Amino acid sequence: MAKVTFDKNRCKGCALCVGACPKGIVALSEEINQKGYHPATVTDEEKCIGCAFCATMCPDCVITVEK
Amino acid sequence: MAVVFEKPKALTDAVLHYCPGCTHGIIHRLVAEAIDELGIQGKTIGIAPVGCSVMAYDYFDIDMVQAAHGRAPAVATGVKRANPENIVFTYQGDGDLAAIGTAETVHSAARGENITVIFVNNAIYGMTGGQMAPTTLPGQVTQTSPYGRDTASVGFPIKVCELLSNVDGATYLERVAVNNVKNVKAAKKAIKKAFQNQIEGKGFSLVEVVSTFPTNWGLTPQKALDWLEENMLPYYPLGVYKDKFAEEK
Repeated sequence: MAKVTFDKNRCKGCALCVGACPKGIVALSEEINQKGYHPATVTDEEKCIGCAFCATMCPDCVITVEK
Repeated sequence: MAVVFEKPKALTDAVLHYCPGCTHGIIHRLVAEAIDELGIQGKTIGIAPVGCSVMAYDYFDIDMVQAAHGRAPAVATGVKRANPENIVFTYQGDGDLAAIGTAETVHSAARGENITVIFVNNAIYGMTGGQMAPTTLPGQVTQTSPYGRDTASVGFPIKVCELLSNVDGATYLERVAVNNVKNVKAAKKAIKKAFQNQIEGKGFSLVEVVSTFPTNWGLTPQKALDWLEENMLPYYPLGVYKDKFAEEK
């Protein structure tokens, strides 16, 4: 199983990670972060395959992936 | 569990000031990853340009110099010649490298300076608010071309890789893009090669990265990636434009 961690207060809610996820499990959160954006999060971590596509497309180094 | 992806060490913890979805952040990370992987963080000197990426000196955890507009390759020439053991790269946008800095770009290539140039082409002036750049596409709407770029009055975009491919002094020229995972990985490979060339003393390497600018293009970050693929890539085809050492094999 893979573990993906979002440093939510670095996130600007651009959603490039959302479009990159092959499993469709990355989404913008309802909550608002310190910068006033809706940060990205994983909706169903069980389905994560640890491909790091989300992190590859993230311009702000928000995402850490472990496998 | 092993970490398979994290922020590279050659980037500081500073939060980037770039607009949401601006691909400068991806390109910064690719440069930092290349520096990490080649183990050259302690001896790399970066030259920051004028433009959005002027603040690069806050983001790369290496020594940086900030050059006057367009003069980064000239400053890099001096730094590299004075400190040949250091790895010297410039990070420049299209308004910096292809407009006011065209002479420095062409002549540092012609001299075959052993430096690495990372050229970010997003077809618009960013920091100043979205004016027409030398790389703005024909017909593209910007703040200063509200009816679209009219090539009859302002001419055609400059294709930097094609231009420099006729310069004998240039060693390695490749155009890449960062609009999807596959292209980001290819961009990383090209950037790493551009640094490797310098380590091996092979001469002038330039990687042109076709990039997005959602804010001034007036598009969402995701739509900007699509716009890049549909509009920029036909005009700026990806590929290796020159690789002197590959030809000699």
